[in-house]
Amino acid sequence: MPAFETFLQAIVNGLVLGSFYALIALGYTMIFGVIKLLNFAHGDVYMVGAFVGFGVLSLISGVVGAGWFGLGIAILVSMIAVGCLGVIIQRVAYQPMLSAPRLSILITALAVSLVLQNSALSLTDGKYTAFRTDLGFGGFEFGRLFISHQAVVLVAIAGLLMIALELFVSRTMYGRAMRAVSIDKDMCRLLGINVSRVVAITFLIGSGLAAAAGTMAGAYYGSIWYFMGFLIGLKAFTAAVIGGIGSITGAMLGGLILGLLESFGTLVPFIGSEWKDVFTFSILILVLVFKPTGLLGKSEVERM
Amino acid sequence: MSTATGRTAGLVDRLYATFDSPRRQMLLMVAIVVVMAVLPLVMGRYATTIMTNALLYVVLALGLNIVVGYAGLLDLGYAAFFAVGAYSIGILTVQFDWNFWLAIPPALVAACLAGVIIGGPTLRLRSDYLAIVTLGFGEIVRFSARNLEITGRASGLSNIPEPSFFGYVINSYVDFYYVFLLLAVMAVIASHRLYHSRLGRAWLYVRHDEDAAEAMGINRVRVKLAAYVTGSVFGAIGGIFFSVNLGAISPESFSFEQSVLILMAVILGGMGKIPGVILGAFIIILGPELLRELGELRLLLFAVVMLLIMLLRPSGIWPERRH
Repeated sequence: MPAFETFLQAIVNGLVLGSFYALIALGYTMIFGVIKLLNFAHGDVYMVGAFVGFGVLSLISGVVGAGWFGLGIAILVSMIAVGCLGVIIQRVAYQPMLSAPRLSILITALAVSLVLQNSALSLTDGKYTAFRTDLGFGGFEFGRLFISHQAVVLVAIAGLLMIALELFVSRTMYGRAMRAVSIDKDMCRLLGINVSRVVAITFLIGSGLAAAAGTMAGAYYGSIWYFMGFLIGLKAFTAAVIGGIGSITGAMLGGLILGLLESFGTLVPFIGSEWKDVFTFSILILVLVFKPTGLLGKSEVERM
Repeated sequence: MSTATGRTAGLVDRLYATFDSPRRQMLLMVAIVVVMAVLPLVMGRYATTIMTNALLYVVLALGLNIVVGYAGLLDLGYAAFFAVGAYSIGILTVQFDWNFWLAIPPALVAACLAGVIIGGPTLRLRSDYLAIVTLGFGEIVRFSARNLEITGRASGLSNIPEPSFFGYVINSYVDFYYVFLLLAVMAVIASHRLYHSRLGRAWLYVRHDEDAAEAMGINRVRVKLAAYVTGSVFGAIGGIFFSVNLGAISPESFSFEQSVLILMAVILGGMGKIPGVILGAFIIILGPELLRELGELRLLLFAVVMLLIMLLRPSGIWPERRH
């Protein structure tokens, strides 16, 4: 394949991967914004989202088929169900720990991640589950460059979700409250903002976006399993850090940058697909060490 | 109901208090070591192997306890240090035909270096960033082991020779049991000495209030780095003897789950408390053996127990008293 088309193909692959990263990174960044917690379980929430989406699609495919319409319903149901799961996790596990030392809440988040992972492991016996859809394999061809319809639609859905989120955060009352809570929680309480409800809404939206990414990734890559959230969760966190943790636009940008970097990284002879993950984690460590505020984040002093 | 649980909690606390006196604790430790020393004479091969594994986890958990329990740094990639020790021995003895004992010093140096490399630039970071960096570092080590020629790629290294000690070849399962018992006892003594040392008090101080500690003249980065390096040496020692015990190592022995398992041992037992951590290590290894018929569910059970412990008894089963 000529160099230019390889280059374009890498951009297409990078955009698809990047939009999944971005959707998950948004959850990390929003949750971090309101309660300053690194939600280790977020990758596993994505995994649960994939399984719920798969379950819904299997149930309804007899009636509406497993095409775009069916998948759309599956994504929607999965977003709602997993969004509620996120709220439950926050209420049961994180709420009581908010005043505890940071080490304790981090370990609690890790424990939640393990509970989700091992629940899925027990239910599936640790096997891969095939995520079958009837989306077809059509696409646009430009010379040797091939862009599947799936890739286009999935990137479009991700884009729509991000625009909707941006509008929600910038235009609505709860969006404004969310931004306020991430700046000063105590002041918000004094001003009569229901902080606890804002935190719940943040978990609802963050987890819902991860669930959408999970269902879409399942349909796109064709299989799901209980451990699928671990690596992608780590990478989405990297994306959130690149963009600047706490910044919503930063998370979207970081996701796309990381997706593109990875997709181009596999083209570089010394990195290849074998060293792809090492490459990503090295980026994570380098960004954290040299520019911990990321591209769009604000510098912040760790408070006691 | 609440008074009943209150009374049991009081009883348990009194039981702990009984063993919190240093002399009684010493006596208890000696008694446990004597019992452990006799055990292989009455246990079968399978049980001895399991106990050997539990003793390995005692060493690893005590090492991680220095990082998490003493210094208060969450390390999610502790298996990396374990891997550095195991692979250093594997590479030097298999690829370069070194003698096992000669290979130990370079392995320890490699572990110290790994501790400095990962700790040096990252210890200034916020605590949750540090956790994720250690996780990334752990994965980098595992991926590197899987991709490099010298570490035998995905299949790992095998035929690691058994060490001999003044002509006596350490090769039976009972020999290794005693090797690990000795290591565990040494790890307990070292942890105890460190806890009561000047450095131990500095860790305590940094864990509770970094800025106040710094104001009192404690160099927090150096103190944290010391915790990292000490922890990595414990991990490497575990890895060194793990590799010769099994005779073969592969990247999957050093996965994220391994790090989590060691961390669970520390948290279950009680962060910072030596007897608690030992208890945790035994629960982690013996628990799954006892729950064998549960299959995959036992991991779920463990995760739920870990969550409940964090929510209900955040300082562990046998918590630390010094605050």
